[in-house]
Amino acid sequence: MEYSPGEIMTIAAARWLRNGSVCFVGIGLPSAAANLARLTHAPDVVLIYESGTIGAKPQVLPLSIGDGELAETADTVVSVPEIFRYWLQGGRVDVGFLGAAQIDKFGNINTTFIGGSYEAPQVRLPGSGGAPEIVTAAKKVAILLKQNRRTFVERLDFVTSSGYFERGGGNGGAKVRGRGPTTVISDLGVLVSDPATNELVLTAVHPGVSVEQVRNATGWALRVAANVEVTAKPSASELAALRDLHARTAAAHGSAAGAE
Amino acid sequence: MATLVSLREAAAELVHDGDSVALEGFTHLIPFAAGHELIRQRRRNLTLIRMTPDLIYDQMIGMGCAARLIFSWGGNPGVGSLHRFRDAIQTGWPAPLAIEEHSHADMAARYQAGASGLPFAVMRGYVGSDLPKHNSKIKSIECPFTGEVLTATPALRPDVSILHAQKADRKGNVLIYGIIGIQKEAALAAKKVIVTVEEIVDDLEAPLNACVLPAWVVSCVCVVPGGAHPSYAHGYYKRDNAFCIAWDGISRGRETFSAWMERHVMGTADFAEYRRSSEAEAKVSSHR
Repeated sequence: MEYSPGEIMTIAAARWLRNGSVCFVGIGLPSAAANLARLTHAPDVVLIYESGTIGAKPQVLPLSIGDGELAETADTVVSVPEIFRYWLQGGRVDVGFLGAAQIDKFGNINTTFIGGSYEAPQVRLPGSGGAPEIVTAAKKVAILLKQNRRTFVERLDFVTSSGYFERGGGNGGAKVRGRGPTTVISDLGVLVSDPATNELVLTAVHPGVSVEQVRNATGWALRVAANVEVTAKPSASELAALRDLHARTAAAHGSAAGAE
Repeated sequence: MATLVSLREAAAELVHDGDSVALEGFTHLIPFAAGHELIRQRRRNLTLIRMTPDLIYDQMIGMGCAARLIFSWGGNPGVGSLHRFRDAIQTGWPAPLAIEEHSHADMAARYQAGASGLPFAVMRGYVGSDLPKHNSKIKSIECPFTGEVLTATPALRPDVSILHAQKADRKGNVLIYGIIGIQKEAALAAKKVIVTVEEIVDDLEAPLNACVLPAWVVSCVCVVPGGAHPSYAHGYYKRDNAFCIAWDGISRGRETFSAWMERHVMGTADFAEYRRSSEAEAKVSSHR
């Protein structure tokens, strides 16, 4: 069965989520992947959205982080301070599932600006949202991001949310409780952080993608594992579940919202 | 005690040039009607506070209401950029916009501190982030018991907080349900509170533990059916996703933005007239 780079990325990310884990979900690609996991191999994954919905089971993908569908299908809906203080900061979240505009080799991410300076940016992006605390409070974090030299960069213009913050020169004594962004899933492959050096290492390529192709799409000298695996091809049932989810979403929102 | 007045009167009486104003509602119950009324009344030099500026602050910034923005995520949810927000930060149009940028967890904690009568909020935040280098309000504090370094930021105390809710009773008690976001904290942190509601009812029929703002913490209640459009009011109407997508095109250029705002907001007397005006145009363009 034919599939797109966006589909294999979403499916690879969905597979990474374990059944029963408590997942703090970002909007867009992470939300698509987390719901695909819930609809396939991980029916008991607990999806938390920062709008305060705990255990959301949406039938269509939300366009915003606070769609009514999330509230209606949740086990409970709490306030925004409660979601961040009790549930995230309180250490209840197993996995943070996030997107980004740019990433560096230590898993630091930028969602603030590109080009120019903070005071006079060339392109101002939305900013941090919940990410600065999700990356440090969740037990581990996966970042989902399409891979090219503009997104996988040697040096970020701004560290919005930290990975292993080599660049920032340490964290001033503050404690980080989680393991940080252990995994990055792109449309080309999977990168995993090396516990010894904290650097992202290419451990898998998606079917039909060469290691050279991934190197060329990376803005730094990419480290590659001794044995690079090949991601299993999407199964017919995975593809059907993903396409049904996108079709339901498009019908509900009157657009291709959330589709890749 | 809450008084039942028109939105025009509430805005004129309670919101003044130079005030700090928080229009809250976390993607749900965004008080668009109130934002439009402040634009119509040509409020200037406002400090606008909101976790997610969304389309409503894009409109207020583009119409020149704001001097300062305190926020944590400035995008058009599910669609992309806020073009007027970007233009103001990147080029200072139509007026320079000072920004005070935080994370969601921090904004929530700052409102909570304000509602709690505390001078500052404390949290584990921003570890390894560059944000504290560009925001002097993000400081650190040592825990007196463990020595752990924590983040401290000042309490938010808006001059006026403005919310949209599902309903109020005749005394002005307000019921909010669904995604309740930061509304209770924003109301209790503020010096004055305006709430627009879908309807006034004899009995709120509020379940136990519901999010109710008692009439005595609310300054004014204004009935504005549909007042959260294009966001949604749970139990009343859905989010107008088509409008949020259309806004990307309307707001991309200064001229198209200004013409749209002049025609549909400045050129209408109130929110009901605005809805008729903007929906008529949307119907025409969808038939093209």
